[in-house]
Amino acid sequence: MTTGVPVPHDNALAHCTGAARFADDLPEPPGLLHAALVLSPVAHGVLGAIDAPPGVIVLTARDVPGTNDISASGKGGEPLFAEASVQHHGQPIAMVLAETRDAALRAAAAVRCAISPLPALLDMEEAIARESFLMPPQVVARGDAASAIGTAPLRAEGTFRAGGQEHFYLESQVAIAVPGEDGEIAITSSTQHPTEVQHIAGRVLGIDYTRLPVTCRRMGGGFGGKESNASWIAAAAALGAWRTGRPVKLRLARKADMAATGKRHPFLFRWRAGFDASGRVLGLEATLAADGGHSLDLTPGVVFRAITHALNCYDVPAVRITAMALRTNTVSHTAFRGFGGPQGVLLMEDVIRGVARGTGLAPETVRERNFAGGPNDTLTPYGQALEGDLIRRVWAECRQDAEWDRRRAEIAAFNATHPFIRRGLGSFALAFGISFGVRHLNQAGALVHVYTDGSIRLNHGGTEMGQGLNVKVAQVVAESFGVPLDRVRITATSTAEVPNTAPTAASTGSDLNGWAAHRAATTIRGRMAEVAGALWEVPAEEVRFAEGRVFVARPGDNRAMGFADLAHRCWMERVSLSATGFYRTPDIHWDPATMTGEPFFYFSYGASVAEVAVDLLTGEHRVLRADLVQDCGRSLNPAIDRGQIEGAFVQGMGWLTCEELYWDAEGRQRTLGPSTYKIPGSRDVPPVFNVRLLQDAPARQDTIFRSKAVGEPPLMLATAVWNAILDATGLDRIDLPATPDRILTALSARGS
Amino acid sequence: MPQVTLTVNGQTHTAEVEGRTLLVELLRETLRLTGTHVGCDTSQCGACVVHINGESVKSCTTLAVMANGANVTTIEGLAKADGTLHAMQEAFREYHALQCGFCTPGMVMSAIDLVQKHPEGLTEQQIREGLEGNLCRCTGYHNIVKAIAAAAEVMHGKRSEIARAAE
Ligand code: FES
Ligand code: FES
Repeated sequence: MTTGVPVPHDNALAHCTGAARFADDLPEPPGLLHAALVLSPVAHGVLGAIDAPPGVIVLTARDVPGTNDISASGKGGEPLFAEASVQHHGQPIAMVLAETRDAALRAAAAVRCAISPLPALLDMEEAIARESFLMPPQVVARGDAASAIGTAPLRAEGTFRAGGQEHFYLESQVAIAVPGEDGEIAITSSTQHPTEVQHIAGRVLGIDYTRLPVTCRRMGGGFGGKESNASWIAAAAALGAWRTGRPVKLRLARKADMAATGKRHPFLFRWRAGFDASGRVLGLEATLAADGGHSLDLTPGVVFRAITHALNCYDVPAVRITAMALRTNTVSHTAFRGFGGPQGVLLMEDVIRGVARGTGLAPETVRERNFAGGPNDTLTPYGQALEGDLIRRVWAECRQDAEWDRRRAEIAAFNATHPFIRRGLGSFALAFGISFGVRHLNQAGALVHVYTDGSIRLNHGGTEMGQGLNVKVAQVVAESFGVPLDRVRITATSTAEVPNTAPTAASTGSDLNGWAAHRAATTIRGRMAEVAGALWEVPAEEVRFAEGRVFVARPGDNRAMGFADLAHRCWMERVSLSATGFYRTPDIHWDPATMTGEPFFYFSYGASVAEVAVDLLTGEHRVLRADLVQDCGRSLNPAIDRGQIEGAFVQGMGWLTCEELYWDAEGRQRTLGPSTYKIPGSRDVPPVFNVRLLQDAPARQDTIFRSKAVGEPPLMLATAVWNAILDATGLDRIDLPATPDRILTALSARGS
Repeated sequence: MPQVTLTVNGQTHTAEVEGRTLLVELLRETLRLTGTHVGCDTSQCGACVVHINGESVKSCTTLAVMANGANVTTIEGLAKADGTLHAMQEAFREYHALQCGFCTPGMVMSAIDLVQKHPEGLTEQQIREGLEGNLCRCTGYHNIVKAIAAAAEVMHGKRSEIARAAE
């Protein structure tokens, strides 16, 4: 067995020796020009003349031979370079090309753009009031929420906000475009979506996709930030190559990356609930407003996920949830790990705390009372069933791991004797739907070759950003052929090898590409079994592949040969050892007219408990301990999955506690580097960090080897930290991120 | 243009540089040692850490001329010529202390300096504090801390080889 084993990341050695090459590490082709962007210094205005110093090559919207449109939707309204107006601070206006990167950066800084400023729309409340929408509001509803609230014995309501989040992948955006023969431009891009790079570059240049092969060997982190944003970076590089006939590299400096690329959507929440004295929520009305920034980008998908996750793992009989996508003069917000899900699941946390206050119950009791399944309904308001037993299982196991009752008492004793440092415990439970909300993206392809020495070349449509996708898919292929993992060689993602792919996103990478590669491998294995069966005069079904050997599965029959020998024999017999594999997720559907359906192949479950200490005099806080239980089905690689869980939790903690984006009153983004934007550092991580994969829980759906996706769900487990901070401080509510200043302000307002 | 002569990973190089050329530019662009990465440009992320005369420095904010006459070690210079890994490299691999790997070279270089400065040994808490200048966006640091603790035991002669990771 090669799956289910904690083998290291396939590039671990190369990363530890510096041998692994990121796009900017590749040898530069002769004649390479370096590019730098000219970004808008204002949030909104009318764009006039663009003046460059003499001798500098400057490309603007006017140099675009095809369509000046980088929208993922193809609906327009998202120019590569600003035309006539600028819509946000940091918007690309032009690109400068020079012989060295230093010269390009200096020249870009010297370009002058005449912009007559216009008032900028920045505030979400104002955007709602002005109905500044990127798309019509969406509603998911079941029953009569208003009357359920009206007739409920108890009622509560709330408003709160959650901020955005900068991806801060350590490798900033980069692409290299190299002109070849016959109008071809080969693109190397740090992208989660090579196919979209191809499409956007094709649209901008007005040329066929065949002329634009795109490859990506690896990214230095992606987290959603290299889904749609990588496409326009690459299209800009391709434009430079097309205009000059020379190779062009565009690598954004950190500051430019943070200014010009989209972030996680900030959200504003408003809700009203009716409940009874037992803590059961009877009716809920809520509005979730997402700040989409100046253009659509992937906002429809983010809103879809927020609205389908707004009840999380809870059941509310009568509910009406409205989701809005607001248009403001900020950078266009985009995919970020969880894709609206992390914001969506915050809603019920505030509701649960409100119900707990209204009933005098512990939030944990309110949680349990409202979990889907058991005595409550299992159906989400949009009509897909949750597995109530799994929700209860992760929850119960996590509480046990965390020694909840003992520590609750311990913390009460601590707080009784410490006037300024307060400890708190918080919990969280999660049901996260796996699949792309957009149906057609749930497909994948793979290409597998077996060579006559028995070595196997694997290519699939997914991209590697550190998440260990390649090693997992290689494990699947090795297991399919019954060979050791080192016989499988993983190669760069390439639109020339596997075309028309989906982005590596929505946690679906190994689900989709694992299946596609498995299918390619089984096709070849079937042909090889025929050859062995003919040789041994047994039916092909009786030929087995294991431990690098091929043998007859009959007691007493010892005939066998090496996998490589059989591969060579297939070649001699003129049997193809190459195959493609294709997979599409079965049984998913969605009706946008009624906002109902079963859009997810399955749900991933998780639960968490966090303990924090808060200094009431400064608002500073630390997470002292975290206990997580995450459902990974039958994990393909427990070491990789644990790493994903730990990293996602810490990234979620960052979003909820210390990562604060700041736009000034003129709409200029002021957090453009790690000196002003704080991501978690080594000291911010809980010193006691217990991560456990749910055991003996193979996926009930037909996923690849019964595994489950892991990329996004654990990010949301960090929500327990928010609850722990409120528990420690006794505050009713706090906006996110719960930074020390915000906590201190809230404490002072309360007058403690 | 000023000339610098420095030893990088045991080899002596002389190069013409501008006064403003950064050490990381010299390493990556002139010497083609691309294992040293640039994550932030502003001395905060640690992706660019190398050793100058055995001490870790951020090469994105060190001028090339400042390394004149110095002994520089980059990630490429850690393993022995026969390919034997430094204990820290081995520990990062064994403990799954990396995901995308972009921060890894800088982390490894910082970690070696940290361990060398504490011959008496390091607690996990000290390791977390010592890594403050290196950011990792992927791993959550948990496995990085474990890897450094394991490597420290070997570097200080308390063990002969890297202890196997629990999982
Ligand atoms: S690149 Fe040098 S510290 Fe970030
Ligand atoms: S492994 Fe990706 S930044 Fe550390």
